[in-house]
Amino acid sequence: MAFMLKDMVKKEWRLASGHRLCPGCPAPTLVKLALMATDYDVVVANATGCLEVSTTIYPYSAWKVPWIHNAFENAAATISGVEAAYKVLKRKGKIDRDIKFIAFGGDGGTYDIGIQALSGAIERGHDFLYILYDNEGYMNTGNQRSGATPTGANTTTAPIGKVSLGKLQVKKNITEIIAGHGKVYVAQASISHWQDFMNKVKRGIEYEGPAFINALSPCVRFWRVRTDQAMEVAKLGVETNYWPLYEVVDGVYKINYKPRKPKPLEEFLKIQGRFSHLFKREGGKALIEEFQNEVNRRWERLLKLEEATKQV
Amino acid sequence: MIAEKTLVAITGAMASAHAMRQINPDVVAAYPITPQTPIMMNFTQFAADGLVDTEVVTVESEHSAMSACVGAAAAGARVMTATAANGLALMHEIVYIAASTRLPIVMSIANRALSGPINIHCDHSDTMAERDSGWIQIFCENAQEVYESTILAMKWAEKENVLLPVMVNQDGFIISHAVENVELLPDDVVKEFVGEHIPHAPLLDVEHPVTYGPLDLYDYYFEHKRQQIEAMKEAEKVFPQIAAELSEITGNEYDFIESYKLDDAEYAIVTLGSSAGTVKYVVDEMRGEGKKVGLLKIRVFRPFPVKRIAEALDGKKAVAVLDRSASFGAEAPIYSEVKSALYTVKERPILQSYVYGLGGRDFTPEHARTAFERLIKGEFFEGEGYLGLRE
Repeated sequence: MAFMLKDMVKKEWRLASGHRLCPGCPAPTLVKLALMATDYDVVVANATGCLEVSTTIYPYSAWKVPWIHNAFENAAATISGVEAAYKVLKRKGKIDRDIKFIAFGGDGGTYDIGIQALSGAIERGHDFLYILYDNEGYMNTGNQRSGATPTGANTTTAPIGKVSLGKLQVKKNITEIIAGHGKVYVAQASISHWQDFMNKVKRGIEYEGPAFINALSPCVRFWRVRTDQAMEVAKLGVETNYWPLYEVVDGVYKINYKPRKPKPLEEFLKIQGRFSHLFKREGGKALIEEFQNEVNRRWERLLKLEEATKQV
Repeated sequence: MIAEKTLVAITGAMASAHAMRQINPDVVAAYPITPQTPIMMNFTQFAADGLVDTEVVTVESEHSAMSACVGAAAAGARVMTATAANGLALMHEIVYIAASTRLPIVMSIANRALSGPINIHCDHSDTMAERDSGWIQIFCENAQEVYESTILAMKWAEKENVLLPVMVNQDGFIISHAVENVELLPDDVVKEFVGEHIPHAPLLDVEHPVTYGPLDLYDYYFEHKRQQIEAMKEAEKVFPQIAAELSEITGNEYDFIESYKLDDAEYAIVTLGSSAGTVKYVVDEMRGEGKKVGLLKIRVFRPFPVKRIAEALDGKKAVAVLDRSASFGAEAPIYSEVKSALYTVKERPILQSYVYGLGGRDFTPEHARTAFERLIKGEFFEGEGYLGLRE
């Protein structure tokens, strides 16, 4: 059943307003939508990052659900402990209701420093949903490069300079890494496609075992776009095939949206200030071309994976 | 009433595992590391045989072990774990978070030298690196103490107004792998002693949502640290009562310190862990020779029993303090703290620091005798001496 706006307006926000995230930041929207996608009681774990520091400045908290922040790299391990406690206390009859478990982490806390804890928690089969809000850099500390930062982006630790065009490596494909764990629900989503995202949250929560959603969530501040452009730029990510919307359930691929006529990657890049040097400097054009080729390669590979894992 | 006990021949690791089995924690999250491994192997066998209700989380690292323990304890579970050396070091960040979040986790440590160079044998460098982490730290002399201290630790950790995690230290291999006679209490007696776990503001109470681990800046952090300092003082205050309750069941004595032939002694050794047993043996020998020697064993290192140590050593002629770890560029940790505790006593003894047993080097009766004889002869030197070291 599709999520309808007319129903959603009646629902309670489980993340209150009054938090201190930047104007135009889609992260709180993502959290609100995720928590609206399920009627279950939930317990949330949060990795260190923008979302955590901006929603829980003591003595205030924007969270209307039980919430725990432990450290940067261990949101998955922390929620696995919460889930283990739930299982045993339920078995002992100390808890009678059904509770679901969600972890939120940024790309730094997930692609990089937290990947080990996440991999371990998924391999152990804990019943939880990990939602990665990917803003493609260490934005909480001021735009440092992460494993999620795309090629050519200007960051403070891979800055553009007289001999550099910014980050030169390709973005790590964490969605595929997590899918490689086998028995797991995996999805890629975008804040621009909110119904698709909410459906994936619902499916991830209802999946028996670990679930992982990688949601594109632009940082208006350091992608250098206007505060009203987060949805637009995220949408361009999808329309250019830079950010395909797809699911991998127990190894079976399903692409949820195939743009009839994909836009050139340039359209995604050119509205973002973090890529502006690519359109002005020598070598920028070649780098964009290389980047476009990588996007094409990944998309073609995805189509083949969908075909190859099609269930008869 | 003293409970009927069962005498068994087991290792220190098995003594830990039996205490854990009888406590029957809700969650155990741990990762294997020598010499802690047999604690977990024995406990997971108990779980596989259905002897406990525990949810065992076999994590992919010690960092995740302590992280999962924090999650589980905040959720409302009774939680235990175990580690050693590099594993404890990898946990370090979360060891602090567990204490500051006031989560009553009990952790067995089979003490082992920290790398580098890599070494799997006993010393106290691992646990001494955590001495300011906010955990209660208990040291055991033998497997019997391991067993009883673990049971005591669970009750101490969960005591209202304490709510602090506890490390129960046993010397790696020397205690963890050596078979000794241990008297076990009946399961129901232990169950009754530790009681039902009543969590404080658990995450799983979804009708009363709580926020754990918020950002705490210059306007509140300091006050929260003060609360932690007070909690440790409270831990010191309530310990005698919990110890007395356990004594009633076991007939054994538990105190922050143990004095062995110390009252009339003129010369004393201060130590902790398994070396205390060796020193007792030498004290007996030398007493037979008419020497007035005695031992002060420190059982509880955090909270550090300053007054008790000061009272016990006030008026002694000379005291040797033994450390199984070093502090590079400073005095060895136990020596430094004992010295500080003696600042206010009326008759300060002459003090001598000795470092011994690093990386599992044997500590023999000859070493203890050497330390005593030097005290008696008045052979003192600046800085620390070494026992069992090739020069």
